[in-house]
Amino acid sequence: MSISHAPPDSPETDISETSHPNAAEPTALGPVPVLPLDLEPIVPTSSRHTRVPRWLRRTTGPVLLLVLWQLLSSTGVLTADVLASPGRIAQVAGDLISDGSLTSAMTTSLQRVAGGLLLGGLIGTGLALVAGLFRIGEDIVDAPVQMLRTVPFVGLIPLFIIWFGIGEAPKIAIITLGVTFPLYLNVYAGIRGVDAQLIEAGESLGLSRWGLVRHVILPGALPGAMTGLRYSLGISWLALVFAEQVNADSGIGFLMVQARDFLRTDVIVVCLIVYAFLGLLADFIVRSLERLLLQWRPTFTGR
Amino acid sequence: MATDVHRPVNHQVTEEPTAEASTAEEPKRDASKAEAPRPAQAVRVEGLTRSFDGRAVIDDLRLDVRAGEFVALLGRSGCGKSTLLRILAGLDRDIEGTVLVPRRKAVAFQAPRLMPWKKVWRNVLLGLPGKPARAVADQALGEVGLSHRTDAWPKTLSGGEAQRASLARALVREPDLLLLDEPFGALDALTRIKAQRLVGELWQRRGCAVLLVTHDVEEAVLLADRVLVMDEGVIAHEQAIDLDRPRDITDPRFAEIRGQLLERLGVDTAAEAA
Repeated sequence: MSISHAPPDSPETDISETSHPNAAEPTALGPVPVLPLDLEPIVPTSSRHTRVPRWLRRTTGPVLLLVLWQLLSSTGVLTADVLASPGRIAQVAGDLISDGSLTSAMTTSLQRVAGGLLLGGLIGTGLALVAGLFRIGEDIVDAPVQMLRTVPFVGLIPLFIIWFGIGEAPKIAIITLGVTFPLYLNVYAGIRGVDAQLIEAGESLGLSRWGLVRHVILPGALPGAMTGLRYSLGISWLALVFAEQVNADSGIGFLMVQARDFLRTDVIVVCLIVYAFLGLLADFIVRSLERLLLQWRPTFTGR
Repeated sequence: MATDVHRPVNHQVTEEPTAEASTAEEPKRDASKAEAPRPAQAVRVEGLTRSFDGRAVIDDLRLDVRAGEFVALLGRSGCGKSTLLRILAGLDRDIEGTVLVPRRKAVAFQAPRLMPWKKVWRNVLLGLPGKPARAVADQALGEVGLSHRTDAWPKTLSGGEAQRASLARALVREPDLLLLDEPFGALDALTRIKAQRLVGELWQRRGCAVLLVTHDVEEAVLLADRVLVMDEGVIAHEQAIDLDRPRDITDPRFAEIRGQLLERLGVDTAAEAA
């Protein structure tokens, strides 16, 4: 029996069977009776773990760690010389904020980072544009920059102190140096990575050289630039820590060095938390920028 | 169609390839009479040679396209047909010989090549002189049936939509020569049929010369006034298609021409000839 051989005027028997298979019993598929299949339900994932919300589960770990830490401190296993208790740290943080020393230290540090980021951003982006957009720029700029970037910038601190003294200048210089290279590398790679087909399309549309740069190359390099900015921000905090622990007389690093001399582990932990907080803030800023500038990307899922 | 909106610089962008081109400036603007023969030439190529590493991909090629003519260029892959199109588009200037093309020409590539960071309507206006109003883009997008996606990001378009946007971007330039580089190659079969139909309609409405590079013989016979077969760097065969439009692929004469061309391209069509 097959449908193709059935006469067109008598579709009744064959077709009613095949086109409404769910109306009939699942066993009535063929002329030969088939044993009922052993069906098992596929349970939706969402219905399995609904008792504890995810955020609550995710906060359990850190909270447990804090409780353990507090317990160890209260029972005297963890002495204040090694690590202060969470309660003590919170109290010290409150004190430092209320007497204004933490705020002023943060302001000083933020100014240094901002200065370094601005300078390094300008230099890194500027060099990347010169090297990325002009072949002669690439020949002149790229080789020295690639050489210099292999030098660990922290190693230059002694030299910077000799050059710039011990004021703000060497600190900003270190941050600038740290920021410049990741930005340079990523912007340069971004420019060179722009799809050649798009550049050709731009040419065929009659864009001038500047039009190509403005409408095709720079927007195309933007994702790379954002990656560079993210790296740069991360490195700027690292550079700040190094810069401020070498003969500083203000800033968060100075607060930490002072605390070390007096064995104040509580103050040190407060400063570390501040660093972490500022790092999170920087990340948030980059994310917001990406959300704003790269909304055309199909991979963007941040909204 | 709103020609005046499109062409604020009409008077100065007159076309130039050859001396006789300017004499036929007027009839060309009459887009409704696309079938009428015109003396003006949209493309003149003579003695064109393009070599890659000493190997001539295009070798002493000669090509003439009349204004308003729809020419399809067939050929095996690697025969140099895309190279020829790139040369005509002015994207490859490493050439010897004479190439004359209209100043106003536009290209649509196989990939739509829309700038992903510009909304569709901005893509359409990209590269136009002056500061064209958005209405210009909306009008062109309407013409290809894409009015509802003018504000979309290109990456959210489907393949057919993106290709139509690319077509609108080419048409908004009011080209005298439209170069199409396998524009339907990446589309699925159903979308391709619709897109081919659209191109045919747009060509009849606009009356610009079209050079369509393709490897699809059926598509070439369906759309073109004249089909050229390129082989070993030259136009090896030329066939005028005088079937009435709109053409029917089930027409036996259609099949005959298709068979002849396939044979030219080295595809055995014994079954069809029988």
